[in-house]
Amino acid sequence: MSIRQGLLALLEQGPMYGYQLRVEFESRTGATWPLNVGQVYTTLGRLERDGMVEPAGADDEGHAVYRITDLGRAEVATWFRTPVSRSAPPRDELSIKLAMAVTVPGVDVRAVVQGQRTATVRALQDYTRLKARATQGTAPADLAWLLVLDSLVFAAEAEVRWLDHCEARLSRAAQDPARVDVPSTTVPTTETAR
Amino acid sequence: MSAVLELRDLTRVHGDGESAVHALRGLSLTVSAGELVAVMGPSGSGKSTLLTLAGGLDSPTSGTVTIEGTELGGLSRKAAAALRRRSVGYVFQDFNLIPALTAAENVALPRELDGDGVRTARALGLGALPEVGIPERADRFPHDMSGGQQPREASARAIVGHRRLVLADEPTGALDSETGEQVLRLLRARCDAGAAGVLVTHEARHAAWADRVVFLRDGLAVDETGPLPDAESLLHASER
Repeated sequence: MSIRQGLLALLEQGPMYGYQLRVEFESRTGATWPLNVGQVYTTLGRLERDGMVEPAGADDEGHAVYRITDLGRAEVATWFRTPVSRSAPPRDELSIKLAMAVTVPGVDVRAVVQGQRTATVRALQDYTRLKARATQGTAPADLAWLLVLDSLVFAAEAEVRWLDHCEARLSRAAQDPARVDVPSTTVPTTETAR
Repeated sequence: MSAVLELRDLTRVHGDGESAVHALRGLSLTVSAGELVAVMGPSGSGKSTLLTLAGGLDSPTSGTVTIEGTELGGLSRKAAAALRRRSVGYVFQDFNLIPALTAAENVALPRELDGDGVRTARALGLGALPEVGIPERADRFPHDMSGGQQPREASARAIVGHRRLVLADEPTGALDSETGEQVLRLLRARCDAGAAGVLVTHEARHAAWADRVVFLRDGLAVDETGPLPDAESLLHASER
């Protein structure tokens, strides 16, 4: 996750100290990805080493404040301009679990699919209610949080659609074992036929 | 909370012998006042059959449908129709608005059919339009309404006269995601105000507006999401 670029983007709006950066980062993402202050200072240390931020003295209360450099600004601009890489899909536990479930004998794949579907729809219900609350506000931070929530909603929805698709594919495979799309020697059709 | 809709051991078989189709195989479901229940399932799982039986548009092969304490099976055809008009509102995927009637007339129609005078019905219709956010569209015909206003008009027709049970069959089907969400907000608001709602959908994002999501498979409920925690505790969970 891009803590580095995220912090730089915040510093582009003005100098800040570590704790301030953490609070800003979390308020804009609805604390979906919590940061600890240690992570913030480690990242600031690396950014300073790489010439992207520099110390800007201390504020009245003695907090060490950082400001962004021209190199840092260029890095933020590049970040916003460059699409997020999809070349290496992150390891997805659910995909791995289902891939294993269809190939390991004795697993009730439909039960695995339904159990996950219920849990994912449940999470969607939670996001939806948070969204209904968040739409009552008008501050830019609310808008940022709303976009993060939408992203969670769409990701969960995609997961449910994929589970529906898996189930349909399993049914077809059970009805017509000859048309199974995965190597037939490893598919326990007697299990999936239930 | 009192039960507005009670389905008990419903079965519905179409045809007979070897070609018989068992659309429902013993389904039970209770929906209370203030509750919105979503029903999800693949095509052929019995979702739409559930909704037509719940609204009294079809009769079960066995089992009972009870709306606000009255069992539909015990009523004459006429009495069942009256109960339906008085207590049950529908939102269909294609809205079923009558092209020759204005918004106020479309919305007032169920009341007129139920014997209200034209004036009373129109007043009720005009009262329902602001609730769905289109008070100024009362004299427009469906073809004059935008893609976002038609579903609102259809929603107003479903709630006019304060019906206690709202049944929605893929009400967001042909809509873009923003407009679809508006329809769901209306449905949600109606249930928050005390109606019972059943929403049939294949879209998880829409089902998520419900208090409970029931999953149908081959005519049976196979699972459901439990009761929700209050939103406050969710927020605190995400702050940790």
